[in-house]
Amino acid sequence: MIPNFKNWQGNTSTPDQMGKTLFDKIWNMHVVHSIEDGPQVLYIDRHFIHEVTSPQAFGGLKKRGIGVFNTSKTIATADHNVPTKDQHLPIKDALSRHQVDTLIKNCNEFGVELYGLGHPYQGIVHVIGPELGITQPGMTIVCGDSHTSTHGAFGNIAFGIGTSEVEQVLATQCVLQRKPKTMKIQVDGLLRKGVVSKDIILYVISQISTSGGTGYFVEFCGSAIESLSMEARMTICNMSIEMGARGGMIAPDEITFEYIKGREFAPQGVDWDKKMSFWKTLKTDEDAQFDREYYFNAADIEPMITYGTNPGMGIGISESVPAVQNTPDPSLTKALEYMDLKGGSQLLGKKIDYVFIGSCTNSRIEDLRMVADLVKGKQKADHVNAMIIPGSKQVEKQAMQEGLDQVLSEAGFELRQPGCSACLGMNEDKVPKGMYCVSTSNRNFEGRQGPGARTMLASPLTAAAAALTGCITDVREMIN
Amino acid sequence: MEKFEKIISSAVPLPLQDVDTDQIIPARFLKATTREGFGDNLFRDWRFDANGTANPDFILNQTNSTGKVLVAGKNFGCGSSREHAAWAIYDYGFKVVVSSFFADIFKNNALNNGLLPVQVSDPFLAKIFSAIENDPSTNLEVDLSNEKITLLATGESEHFEINSYKKYCLQQGYDDIDFLISKRAEIQEFERSLSI
Ligand code: SF4
Repeated sequence: MIPNFKNWQGNTSTPDQMGKTLFDKIWNMHVVHSIEDGPQVLYIDRHFIHEVTSPQAFGGLKKRGIGVFNTSKTIATADHNVPTKDQHLPIKDALSRHQVDTLIKNCNEFGVELYGLGHPYQGIVHVIGPELGITQPGMTIVCGDSHTSTHGAFGNIAFGIGTSEVEQVLATQCVLQRKPKTMKIQVDGLLRKGVVSKDIILYVISQISTSGGTGYFVEFCGSAIESLSMEARMTICNMSIEMGARGGMIAPDEITFEYIKGREFAPQGVDWDKKMSFWKTLKTDEDAQFDREYYFNAADIEPMITYGTNPGMGIGISESVPAVQNTPDPSLTKALEYMDLKGGSQLLGKKIDYVFIGSCTNSRIEDLRMVADLVKGKQKADHVNAMIIPGSKQVEKQAMQEGLDQVLSEAGFELRQPGCSACLGMNEDKVPKGMYCVSTSNRNFEGRQGPGARTMLASPLTAAAAALTGCITDVREMIN
Repeated sequence: MEKFEKIISSAVPLPLQDVDTDQIIPARFLKATTREGFGDNLFRDWRFDANGTANPDFILNQTNSTGKVLVAGKNFGCGSSREHAAWAIYDYGFKVVVSSFFADIFKNNALNNGLLPVQVSDPFLAKIFSAIENDPSTNLEVDLSNEKITLLATGESEHFEINSYKKYCLQQGYDDIDFLISKRAEIQEFERSLSI
């Protein structure tokens, strides 16, 4: 039966004459249909899927007896639930194995390209899209994972969706969405020594809170952002959802184009020229209005670290944990209790047990180089368990070609195989109860890295420094 | 999706605030590959102890408390965006959740799965809770076309909001995918027109 929706031929809103934000431009370009008093039908250019949030969506297609609308626009990988050791062997956990096998079966049956375990392109979904040149400016990109916002670093609209929406995209290449409001976050000035993009985003979230961006789509701009490499920009956009925003984006520029050029699925020849002339138009107009604006100064930012149980609970490394006030904030009290930290205390010098370098936030080659540079010729502290999980097979390969694996293992770090790993602890990589882990991932929720695990989010530099000294350390004292 | 018009049913009270999706369906059950069966693990850690023995104090284990309507405290469905939470509630047999506030994503997920979230005022919610406390078999009427929820014993009622697109979908038993599928020709046209 074809449902009858003829009462729902809403009008597309009339374009006004005002300047437009980059977000508005890309969004409007992709609206197929608008429903009165309802959402809009948004066309999706790229769809990434993985084993955890796709099986029910494929199940839905089977039930309806329909196929995938456009198989060339969906790419699959296995990342959330895979082991990071012995990936050539069958997965030990039966439920995880079943989930990964189901992905393989579904991709075969529906004709979807899969970069599964063992494939040279396998990796964390938000790492492989950009490195393969699949992620490009001006696109709409979705995935059943909230950190899809990562791709926005290329000047596109990228956001996470639920499983019903994954099914929508598979069935029609569209999602039904209400248009979010727009927010500008401008960071100007020069970054200080030892401060990297992870610190910028942890700082911003600590300033505007984990709900400060709710209902908005963010554009990051300003000289501090423009000076960043693509990988550093991805770290920023990746965590934009940790302030509640639907996603984050950065207008494309020469750094963007240079990064994409020559990658596996990047346009070539005449196609490249055509794309370039389109990509160069992707900017917010001078007179465009944002619904909300924030301005920050890069020079105010120190290396950051979190002390609590949400990503907004972050401080500069030399600062003290906030003191509990006379009228205590119950969430702060609860967080400090969980973390076993005292309000008003210093984190510097605090002993830690684990260091996790990985996740779609910080597992790219530049992150690994940053760590290798710092630890070269040194040794991690004896009591620290230091894990490095490259974001993809390609990152892993590159690291080996550059000899980083050697440097890292000599320093006592364990380089494992690609996957989400201890970012969400769905596989066996978990931080034990009560242990402190300095982690380059994006969420420090209670139990996120394992039941009772105490996560402190930081940059790869700060994490590596902690691994070397065995305690929270100001990395600025270790570099010239 | 099943059509939704009007439901007259007794209700199950859960007078707790901020019930998050981790309580509705704990993370360790996310390894499943179908939508069905999540109802068995609805409120798992409140319903059962670690050995799987039913906790007699939990409301779902009390035989005089049944019905297709779940009535819960403010900010229901907060936390992670897992759609499995809506699946679990629907799979268990609920058709309506009543609360004085819903987390955004949960609300959308519920509507996409034929589960109607009815948002009422705090005073009306309190009235419902006390009516159920007095008589667990008391009936509620949830009337979608008139956007009205009524305590049948006293006749007290309140209007609730739902956007007209979603209302139409529920009445017809369509979900967003049905709507999008009905637009496939238009989408194909759009796809062809993409010049770059
Ligand atoms: S690394 Fe973590 S945040 Fe990133 S996609 Fe995997 S689970 Fe999600």
